[in-house]
Amino acid sequence: MQLDHLPLNRAAVIRAIDWDVLPDQEGHRLRSLGFEPGVTIEALHKGILMWRDPLAVRVGRMTVALRTNVAAAIDCELKP
Amino acid sequence: MTQMPPLVALVGNPNAGKSALFNALTGARQKIANYPGVTVERKSGRATFDDGQPVEMIDLPGAYSLDPDSLDEAVTRDVVLGNLEGHRRPDALVIVLDAGNLDNHLRFALELIAQGLPTVVALNMVDLAERDGLQLDAEKLARALGVPVIETVAVRRRGLAPLMAELERTLKAPRPSVEPVAVSFGAKNQQARDIARSVIVSETAGRQWTRRLDSVLLHPVGGVVILLALLFLMFQAVYGWSEAPIGWIESGFALLSEAITGALPDGLFRSFLTDGVIAGVGSVVVFLPQILILFLFILLLEASGYMTRAAFVMDRVMAAVGLSGHSFIPLLSSFACAIPGIMATRTIMDQKERLATILIAPLMTCSARLPVYTVIIGAFIPSTTVGPGIGLQGLVLFGLYIAGILGAMLAASVIQRFVTQSRTSSFLIEMPRYQWPRLRDIALSLWQRAWVFLRRAGTIIFAATIILWALLSFPKAPEGSGISQVEYSVAGRIADGLEPIVRPIGFNHDIALALIPAMAAREVAVSALATVYAIDAADEDVAASSLGPKLAADWSLATALAFLAWFVFAPQCISTIAVTRRETNGWKWPIFMVTYLFALAYAAAGITYWTARSFGL
Repeated sequence: MQLDHLPLNRAAVIRAIDWDVLPDQEGHRLRSLGFEPGVTIEALHKGILMWRDPLAVRVGRMTVALRTNVAAAIDCELKP
Repeated sequence: MTQMPPLVALVGNPNAGKSALFNALTGARQKIANYPGVTVERKSGRATFDDGQPVEMIDLPGAYSLDPDSLDEAVTRDVVLGNLEGHRRPDALVIVLDAGNLDNHLRFALELIAQGLPTVVALNMVDLAERDGLQLDAEKLARALGVPVIETVAVRRRGLAPLMAELERTLKAPRPSVEPVAVSFGAKNQQARDIARSVIVSETAGRQWTRRLDSVLLHPVGGVVILLALLFLMFQAVYGWSEAPIGWIESGFALLSEAITGALPDGLFRSFLTDGVIAGVGSVVVFLPQILILFLFILLLEASGYMTRAAFVMDRVMAAVGLSGHSFIPLLSSFACAIPGIMATRTIMDQKERLATILIAPLMTCSARLPVYTVIIGAFIPSTTVGPGIGLQGLVLFGLYIAGILGAMLAASVIQRFVTQSRTSSFLIEMPRYQWPRLRDIALSLWQRAWVFLRRAGTIIFAATIILWALLSFPKAPEGSGISQVEYSVAGRIADGLEPIVRPIGFNHDIALALIPAMAAREVAVSALATVYAIDAADEDVAASSLGPKLAADWSLATALAFLAWFVFAPQCISTIAVTRRETNGWKWPIFMVTYLFALAYAAAGITYWTARSFGL
């Protein structure tokens, strides 16, 4: 399941990240912020008003804001 | 070199509490300058070891790695590697780690330790980590990293003495130098996470304040309402709280001017001091209260961790014009003054977005436009009400702010599309945990802002006002000729040349004349008009109150509206142009900015004038 479709407040594990669809800079920043396969994440908030963008995501002990176009490149699996 | 105190750099991820530690170690003895060749702010200060030996500390910009994403990060890399020309390499590093965020911060720490400089790790914010239910083993971490680790709570000044003692030891007995080893990014990440996991003593679900606050502040509807309420409060404060201090500054300058008038004989030198220096610098210094109040809010929002939430809430709106939540903070600051706004763009990762933000920042209605708006609105717009509690004058003022914002949005989308040709903007940012802002740190930053502002008033603005005074004072009009000095001066003659250009947009000769000194600071337009209309008034308030009726008698409403429209867009402030040149490293972008803003101002004034005329105004 792509990160932008993840239900809120459910822990998930990153399965794969499609680095090729991300602009270099964003891929780089995403890595620096700790997004990597195997890492546990959790979607916390989604958008404001009528928009479903951007997302607030918990990575490790950190909260990161990102846009859905970036989140779509992150493939996750819900933890049982 | 032996005479120089050792240089120690504080380095770490953003939000690791680096600046708080730096403030705690160096106190108020800080120096702010720029790194050689770049416009990144360099904060340095002195600390002393137990034996009294001084040590120079620098607070490097926060970074995620030595592989930079932004201008700030590039400086951090260059200083750490000793590659920044004209800047010596630090003798030692203090790596600041957020104890509550080791999984993410350790990778950068490993990268830094691999550089082989003498290093001490400050395991900072251990109190917050404990609050969140996390207990760490610092000794185990030290063994894993191979460098000393000291637990600190910078904001409570905990662990500072042990940190300094360890730093002294490390500097005196450096580690055997290690050749930097290249390890792949993924491997380093894995290593970092393994270490982070291994040093955890216990982990329980603590009180998750950040999570609870976020559920309110990032609420799809509630979050927007709260942000708007905060912004409203902020602007109320900027204009409401500043009235009294502005009055004090004005009367202070008036007293000074009077004292000089009394002490010196009438002549060129006295005119230079009172009309040039005091009037010019004074007219800018009066904005200090407003700028400080605005900065107080911005610093509080930043220190508490809310600022990135505001960026989150605004991101979608900004994306509509090709920008992102990152641009929101600089643009917000620009409502006080475009200069701090433009300086705040340094944190924007995307260079195209940064440039676009700089170029539109002058369109945010800065506080210097307010005096001009107030005079013209007071003179031409009847003070009637158009609804319960809504005055027409206030509505027009509000409309002028909106016009600036709409102009900025339009300009942003055109610039991002055709000038910077940026395809997409990006928004990817760490949202730090909430914390109580420390009064001491806020006060210190506020003082530094005030100092930077006053220093600029004392240099650039000082120089500009002297030049304008000279333009208005020379050559001297012949005695008894009946020609006013202003008309006879160089500025008056420039206005003659300018008049045919501005005539089609409804401006008369007096406006052309007022536009020249308004280049230094917009609000000077008011006093310039006052001079032209031969009103002898010491301060702007008096000038404004007697100027209104004269203007109302002399100008058509169409001209007045065109004049307002002009000021919404015109880039009339030399300091903004100067800071744009500095921030973009060249004349290309400031020239572009001035050209497009003048074109916009000219078009807006023209359209306003002719539309108003066609309605018979």
